[in-house]
Amino acid sequence: MEKVKSLADLKKISESFKKGIDLREKSSHPDDIVQVKVAMATCGIASGAKETMEYLSSELEKRGIEAIVTQTGCMGYCYAEPTIEVTLPGQNPVVYGEVDIRKADEIIEKYIKTGELVNGIIPQNYETID
Amino acid sequence: MHLLVCGGTGCRASESAGIEAKLKSELEKRSLDQSVQVISTGCFGFCEKGPIVKVMPDNTFYTQVTPADAETIVAEHVVKGRRVESLIYTDPSSKEKVEESAKMGFYKKQLRIALRNCGFINPENVDEYIARDGYLALGNIITGMKPQEAIEIMKESGLRGRGGAGFPTGLKWDLTARTEADQKYVVCNADEGDPGAFMDRSILEGDPHSVLEAMAICGYCIGSDKGLIYIRAEYPLAIERLKIALSQAREYGLLGNNIMGTEFSFDIELRYGAGAFVCGEETALIHSMEGLRGEPTLKPPFPSESGYNGKPTNVNNVETLANIPVIYLKGAKWFSSIGTEKSKGTKVFALAGKINNVGLIEVPMGTTLREVIFEIGGGIKDGKKFKSVQTGGPSGGCLTEKHLDTPIDFDNLIAAGSMMGSGGMIVMDEDDCMVSMARYYLEFTVEESCGKCAPCRIGNKRLHELLDHICKGNGKLEDLDRLVNMSNVIKDTSLCGLGQSSPNPVLSTINNFKDEYDAHVTDKKCPAGQCRDLMEYFIIEENCVGCTACARVCPVAAITGERKEPHLINPAICIKCGACMEKCKFDAIIIQ
Ligand SMILES: Cc1cc2nc3c(=O)[nH]c(=O)nc-3n(C[C@H](O)[C@H](O)[C@H](O)COP(=O)(O)O)c2cc1C
Ligand code: SF4
Repeated sequence: MEKVKSLADLKKISESFKKGIDLREKSSHPDDIVQVKVAMATCGIASGAKETMEYLSSELEKRGIEAIVTQTGCMGYCYAEPTIEVTLPGQNPVVYGEVDIRKADEIIEKYIKTGELVNGIIPQNYETID
Repeated sequence: MHLLVCGGTGCRASESAGIEAKLKSELEKRSLDQSVQVISTGCFGFCEKGPIVKVMPDNTFYTQVTPADAETIVAEHVVKGRRVESLIYTDPSSKEKVEESAKMGFYKKQLRIALRNCGFINPENVDEYIARDGYLALGNIITGMKPQEAIEIMKESGLRGRGGAGFPTGLKWDLTARTEADQKYVVCNADEGDPGAFMDRSILEGDPHSVLEAMAICGYCIGSDKGLIYIRAEYPLAIERLKIALSQAREYGLLGNNIMGTEFSFDIELRYGAGAFVCGEETALIHSMEGLRGEPTLKPPFPSESGYNGKPTNVNNVETLANIPVIYLKGAKWFSSIGTEKSKGTKVFALAGKINNVGLIEVPMGTTLREVIFEIGGGIKDGKKFKSVQTGGPSGGCLTEKHLDTPIDFDNLIAAGSMMGSGGMIVMDEDDCMVSMARYYLEFTVEESCGKCAPCRIGNKRLHELLDHICKGNGKLEDLDRLVNMSNVIKDTSLCGLGQSSPNPVLSTINNFKDEYDAHVTDKKCPAGQCRDLMEYFIIEENCVGCTACARVCPVAAITGERKEPHLINPAICIKCGACMEKCKFDAIIIQ
């Protein structure tokens, strides 16, 4: 890692990575890849988020779907852990709750492969400042 | 096209399952079931106007839908592409119809400021934080602002401490900045000892850099180059993420010497606590970090004058800190435009207890308890009746129905007889006994009191004993006065905040649920049916056929009776295990 030696350096890093994160937010390029975020705070992990995450990364690869699976913090839906957020290219993110391995399989087969929503969506019930 | 039907518990109760079935059958009738899918979702957080149906991709949001409306939605919206006007939500204030959920900003009661990055960025990747303008506030301040200017902004923002006391953060910084010393410290209080509270843990696990950045900003403002995070060892994941964050920040030079090419240097160390509640109190916390017993000392001197190693120390809570970088990015005016007159911004709450959507929420100050419990929280579990909500953890009080429309802020909660505390919120229903609840909290206080001062050490023990007597049916009417008197003495004479607030659960339950206490002491009954010693199992003679099943299952042989004759339970022997009641096929056994 290069040291950040000035405010300008910081802004440069920010810009270069913003593009990456912005993709996650908007995903306006249809040829983009699928993005999956798994909520991995203590509550999520206790309900099996680790297994879900491992399953998703290995299965997506096995089934030849180009995707990035990353971890993130608590989304706040503790009653429905493990929760994951799936962003298909060019679409708004969709959050699914209670994603065990069976559900993860269904999400890959139906939502990720064909864009068909499956039961268990959690509507985002908060606004976040940017 | 997708039709999303809310399958949250609140909407389920108002027949969303019927709507789902009806939508499906209507679609099938028109052979549309292949192209249009009906999906059931989790709670939309708008339960008051449920059941909800949302049509995608045009985002039309229908409220208070009935199974009968399902046909109209399919016939009009799906087939003809016309919105069903009568089902569209009308804004109560503007009286205008709001069709798209994207425009219904107000239906999203939650606003995430402290949690803005939680569940969004990867907490183990500093680049993602930087891409969200992380460390930009620090950079702007250390390259372009005098410490005093930055402190003024903090004061203007109106931010108050989220660790419990609600002390104005800018003022605290100012006090510490004004104390002259060769060394000063910035301490982050990550002890989070309230039972049931986990917002600080979630912030550290989901967005550790926001806390590190805020500590560095504080360091610049007060003139300190050393930060300490006091975190309980029971938070291994938070500790791991903090360690990763610290090393990444150091690698980038965002912590360390001459940050971003300036004169300003700052670094942070972790200190582990063993999980004592009293060590969250700032003076006890400082002693614990010094390697002394985790006991509070009298204030003054305040930590801002003499704290860690006798040096001026600024102690702030995790959630307080998480608000800070974004205040500098968006400005004090922006922050102070959110919330109530005296409490600005938002507050994170850990919703727990008999509530449908248990979880972590963040709402603007001034949101009412009703909105939190019945909309965001989805109402009470199993359709039971709301009884009470406990805010502020063991230092707080139990509020009732009549407080539900209170806008939540520091001052309103205190006026109502409770407090904000760190943000635990435990919801209770009709099956919860308020006397046992008070006893439970006292049990915690007795366990956690450090024992340094007599009122707290002895007084709380006595309070607990009295409550225990009452729950066991040995209470007398005078005991209620004794509870109140003793509570007031403990509040007035204890050394630290633990003792000063420990009687709050007792006082608030006596105030708000006097008849429940009366029932325990006068009638020896527990109206909620929780206090075992006040229950009696009883056989209804007319229903008993004398099958002897109960007598055979009773582990202490408390039931006697001849075959085919009504049986009898001897209350002196009965241990109230309930085995007989479970066994009886004739509903002949009841609890009195
Ligand atoms: C018994 C007791 C326990 C406390 N526990 C905590 C705690 O776990 N976390 C916390 O931030 N503050 C706790 N506090 C409050 C701290 O003493 C202090 O006010 C706070 O950390 C200051 O930070 P703030 O101004 O950002 O809120 C506790 C206070 C008392 C009296
Ligand atoms: S009030 Fe209780 S916890 Fe606080 S110093 Fe006294 S004994 Fe210790």
